[in-house]
Amino acid sequence: MKIKENHKTVPETALSVRNIHKSFGDEEVLKGISFDANSGDVISIIGSSGSGKSTLLRCINFLERPDSGEVAVAGEVIRTHRAKDGLQYPSDKHQLKQMRARLGMVFQNFNLWAHRTVLENIIEGPVQVLKHSRKKAVAEAEIFMDKVGITQKRDQYPSQLSGGQQQRVAIARALAMHPTVMLFDEPTSALDPELVSEVVQVIRQLAVEKRTMIMVTHEMALAREISSHLIFLHNGRIEEQGPPDVIMENPKSDRLRQFVGKF
Amino acid sequence: MIQFFNNVVSWLPELLAATPLTLTLTLVAGICGLVFGTLLALARLSDSLVLSMPAGIFMFVMRGTPLLVQLYLIYYGLGQILPGTWVRHSFLWPYLRDGFSYAVIALSMNQAAYNGEVLRGAIRSVPKGQIEASVAIGMTSFQVLTRVRLPLAFRDCLPVLTSDIIILLKSTALVSTITVLELMGTARMIQRESLQIYEPLIACGLVYFAVVIVLTNIMRPIESRLTRFRRGNT
Repeated sequence: MKIKENHKTVPETALSVRNIHKSFGDEEVLKGISFDANSGDVISIIGSSGSGKSTLLRCINFLERPDSGEVAVAGEVIRTHRAKDGLQYPSDKHQLKQMRARLGMVFQNFNLWAHRTVLENIIEGPVQVLKHSRKKAVAEAEIFMDKVGITQKRDQYPSQLSGGQQQRVAIARALAMHPTVMLFDEPTSALDPELVSEVVQVIRQLAVEKRTMIMVTHEMALAREISSHLIFLHNGRIEEQGPPDVIMENPKSDRLRQFVGKF
Repeated sequence: MIQFFNNVVSWLPELLAATPLTLTLTLVAGICGLVFGTLLALARLSDSLVLSMPAGIFMFVMRGTPLLVQLYLIYYGLGQILPGTWVRHSFLWPYLRDGFSYAVIALSMNQAAYNGEVLRGAIRSVPKGQIEASVAIGMTSFQVLTRVRLPLAFRDCLPVLTSDIIILLKSTALVSTITVLELMGTARMIQRESLQIYEPLIACGLVYFAVVIVLTNIMRPIESRLTRFRRGNT
């Protein structure tokens, strides 16, 4: 039997989310969500709008502070403490920043820095956060720009690019941080229909490369195609989860049946 | 008539010699105003009442009273008080003996209040998504401020900052009332000595006008370079 040298036989847990709760005012948006992602997993989170998908994703890197619950990246828990108001707050700003740097986020609205060119957007994180030399960052950025097919646009500003191009830059910007896990927040929802495919292609390629990804999406076809695991969120709870084929073919709950039926 | 124009022209060299002082006042107060204005804007936007309240009051008062009143209060007020204090014997004293320092203080404070108000609005209008992207990539709050929020805010309000500088340039004429012999002060001195009323004033106006044109033309390429990221096809 051949032993793969570069891969551990036991898949390591890249991301672990434990019992996340989040309320906005009186409305409890997340009612205790837990899931794990092993290295190389692609997990898609689906559900109707208002089910808490985006909030869940934003809780993972504390863009939205979870009221309670635990997030661990590659085994390291984001340290928090409980304050007098009964909610938890991050305890160690420095650690939180390091953990965020390991969670590459791609937003629905791209959120590229408008005053920086494509290249500058991509090297900003490596230079400012990871403290790489500019030279090294540029050399790497070139690889990632090539990967997402944006090399010709390297000196252009975001306003000069189409939505699809901007989102590909955003993906390259996340990749440049060498993240442990990539978080996609509806990466194709803000795109014109004819631009969706160029972004989907890039995401598909990342899945083939076995990058660990958590993706909130409405693209059911894509979710089914690339996901190793599907999570169906409803009213702040995980209603159903499993391999995409099983889930889509034989939905157990009425909710999911209704939801899948729409597509 | 020709005599009149000749008179106007004849005062130009003397006035041009006073122009560097006007420019120095503008430059120093402009830079101080921008630095303190930025700090004021940040204090104003702070969650802490200890910071935002005093900043708010300062900007409100400075913007609500005439510069000339501020100038007099600082020159005659501070100028009265300071000699009786430790300042009289400190290294600062040589600078605080003439009107120039008081002029710079008053102009800077005034400029800071105006710049602060403009910047406050600009900082608040930085798109939230770009700040989130910075936080998500692991930047410190200081990095988010210096790498994203301030650069975008400055670019956003650059045209207003430029026009504030030009207003400042023309406001420096007021400091002639506290013995500073800049452009306007020199023109008034010429008036007294030559007993001509209009000629020195017209010459002085021409010089201001020329300086404004030069200043505008310096700022235009800077503005267009800093805001080229906006010129897109979307």
